[in-house]
Amino acid sequence: MNLDRRTFLKLASLGLLAIAAKPAIDLLTRPEIVRALGIESTLPGRLAMAVDLKACTAEAGCHDCILACHSVHNVPDIGTAKEEVKWIREATYGQAFSGQETQYAALKDARVLLLCNHCDNPPCVRVCPTQATWRRVDGIVMMDYHRCIGCRYCMAACPYGSRSFNWRDPVPYINDINLNYPTRTKGVVEKCNFCEERLALGQPPACVEACKKGALTFGELKPGTDIQRVLSKGYSLTRKSQLGTRPQVYYIV
Amino acid sequence: MFDKGKVLGGIAVFICLGTFPLWYIAYQGKAAYPPDPVIYPGSGQCVESAEYMRKYHMQMLEKWRDQAVRQDDRFYTATDNKTYDISLTGTCLKCHPNKAEFCDRCHNYNAVAPNCYSCHNIPPQPTEASGGTK
Repeated sequence: MNLDRRTFLKLASLGLLAIAAKPAIDLLTRPEIVRALGIESTLPGRLAMAVDLKACTAEAGCHDCILACHSVHNVPDIGTAKEEVKWIREATYGQAFSGQETQYAALKDARVLLLCNHCDNPPCVRVCPTQATWRRVDGIVMMDYHRCIGCRYCMAACPYGSRSFNWRDPVPYINDINLNYPTRTKGVVEKCNFCEERLALGQPPACVEACKKGALTFGELKPGTDIQRVLSKGYSLTRKSQLGTRPQVYYIV
Repeated sequence: MFDKGKVLGGIAVFICLGTFPLWYIAYQGKAAYPPDPVIYPGSGQCVESAEYMRKYHMQMLEKWRDQAVRQDDRFYTATDNKTYDISLTGTCLKCHPNKAEFCDRCHNYNAVAPNCYSCHNIPPQPTEASGGTK
């Protein structure tokens, strides 16, 4: 073979590029990078919740789901807005869907149930310095209170305000302690866990069970499940979907 | 050195007094008051042997914690192939409800303060009437 200097250098650099390509591709397709770039689709069979806004607001002043959740999970009632701890709470449509207010004028005064959205692309997980919060394979954004150092980065990162901080020991503020679920301690962040401890026992989430109107549907997002059927029937919204967090609490309007 | 005798004598007295607990126990052959944890009556066999639990319950509980919370695996298979729920309040304190007389006695003696119970619930402490000892 007869190569001049110029062709040899060209071929050699092409060869080097080819060798370098493999580790580069491996690096860029690592699961955490794919997740960070937001190009991964919704997990197959992940858990989600659908809130039927019409059914939910049918009975004025009903707080069954909130009461059930907060008593099952030993959520304290501290009584001041600054220190309140909430796993589920209630807001008006305008507060919950700011930026989308005019879209559904009829719902302007509707009450909307707010809880952790268990995002597919959870910003709280990305900022946690101790991996005290992470996304499980079934989609639940879990908290490990043992690891939480109370830095509140996750609270700053969460665009939904779903997380609360324990500014003081919550135990004296819990009316009736459920011995089967731990309390929290001063200096940790807490939030809705989609009742993972109940799911492990084969029970539905406490809020879903408590709702008399059947406004809440919970399950895996896969063909043939109740939630899939409910969601395919009509139009549903998610909160702040423009942020790319892919929230998994769907509001049926 | 000035006052050699006083200084060296003082040091000798200090060493004698400071190490008194050590050589007193060595001479006596037993600790003055060993911790006396109370096994709750009728609790039966623990998940592992008493010997193992005494030495390694803290490592085991740490493993349990990570296994249940982080791996979502809530069952522990013991050496004798029995399966137990991983739960501090539900499994450990079910057989040892007398936390004050069981856990705390050794923990206090060894001056360790595990923070498990700042979140994990303590069932109502048994009284003498309910079979506990006082």
